[in-house]
Amino acid sequence: MLENYLPVLVFLGVGMAIGVLPIAMGFLLAPRNPYSEKLSPFECGFEAFEDARMKFDVRYYLVAILFIIFDLEIAFLFPWAIVLDEIGMVGFIAMAVFLGILVIGFIYEWMKGALEWE
Amino acid sequence: MLEMFQTVWAIVPMSLQTLIVILLKIVAIVAPLMLCVAYLTFAERKIIGHMQVRMGPTRVGPRGWLQPIADALKLLMKEIVIPSGSSKGLFLIAPMLSLAPALAAWAAIPFQDGLVLADINAGLLYILALTSVGVYGVIIAGWASNSKYAFLGAMRSAAQIVSYEIAMGFALVGVLIAAGSLNLGDIVRAQEGSLVHWFWLPLFPLFIIYFIAGLAETNRAPFDVAEGESEIVAGFHVEYSGMAFAIFFLAEYANMILIAALAAIMFLGGWLSPFQGIPVLEGAFEWVPPIVWFLAKTSLFLFCFLWFRATFPRYRYDQIMRLGWKVFIPITIAWLMLVGLAVVLELPWWFD
Repeated sequence: MLENYLPVLVFLGVGMAIGVLPIAMGFLLAPRNPYSEKLSPFECGFEAFEDARMKFDVRYYLVAILFIIFDLEIAFLFPWAIVLDEIGMVGFIAMAVFLGILVIGFIYEWMKGALEWE
Repeated sequence: MLEMFQTVWAIVPMSLQTLIVILLKIVAIVAPLMLCVAYLTFAERKIIGHMQVRMGPTRVGPRGWLQPIADALKLLMKEIVIPSGSSKGLFLIAPMLSLAPALAAWAAIPFQDGLVLADINAGLLYILALTSVGVYGVIIAGWASNSKYAFLGAMRSAAQIVSYEIAMGFALVGVLIAAGSLNLGDIVRAQEGSLVHWFWLPLFPLFIIYFIAGLAETNRAPFDVAEGESEIVAGFHVEYSGMAFAIFFLAEYANMILIAALAAIMFLGGWLSPFQGIPVLEGAFEWVPPIVWFLAKTSLFLFCFLWFRATFPRYRYDQIMRLGWKVFIPITIAWLMLVGLAVVLELPWWFD
């Protein structure tokens, strides 16, 4: 069973190598002529005003939190979806209750305006 | 020559032999994939060019056919600029982190019956996991660049990708319910029968949502606010140049091909012939190898990617988030329940 995953592991390694090799080749082949203007961050021709790692809108954070809840939900749905044929109506109703509770939460955050971008 | 090869092969230890065979198979997947990526960029410029009544690239090689090669060579010869304020290690890791998952996901893709590198049971879960890792490349690139445009682009892109990943995940769960397996080969086999047995019909809303979410996941037009050149220049990869930029480009196109291939597998019956079950045509097209159907279906979706880019204007960011959260998620949840009910009640003629 587990030997099926060996190609996956090797493929991940190859994928990384394909990411690294061209960049290494770029460093070897391309000219290198850095000076401070070239190395400054791009900002419409101005000198950079301040550090770019500034405060950002809290909505991004909110989206991330909501994403975790829903992604967990999907993780719960995956095994349920596979065996739905066998667990039948009981399994279906159990998941419907679970989803129902989450949908109530979803409606609540919708009403609270957590999904508004303005 | 052959005998020499056999004797050399015999002394190679067993474990190394397996490793070499695996590596050869990976090369057999990655090399055509890279070629496809190169010529997808060419196709994009040609197709969009003709849609806008111009020629597209024509200068390099006959009718411009060597254009992608010339592009790659040019990028190779360009200086890789590492901005002075950036976190250098992360800055160089980011492109690799976005390309590796886009390639490694191909391990579980069945090209035709039995023609798959890793026939793993949790195929779809593996692919969902890997496509999720891709977002780290974007976030790390935006953060490490220490540039405002890159930072804004990364924030937008990350929020957009995670939002559409939910809708995409629900669409995948719908496919799982209908197929009853996580293995991509089994999912295709569950669609056997005829054109109307493919999952695009019973799961039609999920099919449409999957593809649109795929557009958003890969930051393609009309959801390309992450790079929106008119507002934030190029988004998260604004500070990248030369080969470091090329890697991001490769990853984006490899991801597009992956989304298209998955759509073909899950909703259009993968390698199955579209003429299955039709009396005369089925025999007439028997000689076509199954992999051709798979590639044709994938190309169809890839064409749609390019077509949409030429057709639709860019969405505003709040519209994108509204579509993802307020339209797609309710529809997918509702359809999921419907499909679940149909499977439990064993409704004909997909779920009996």
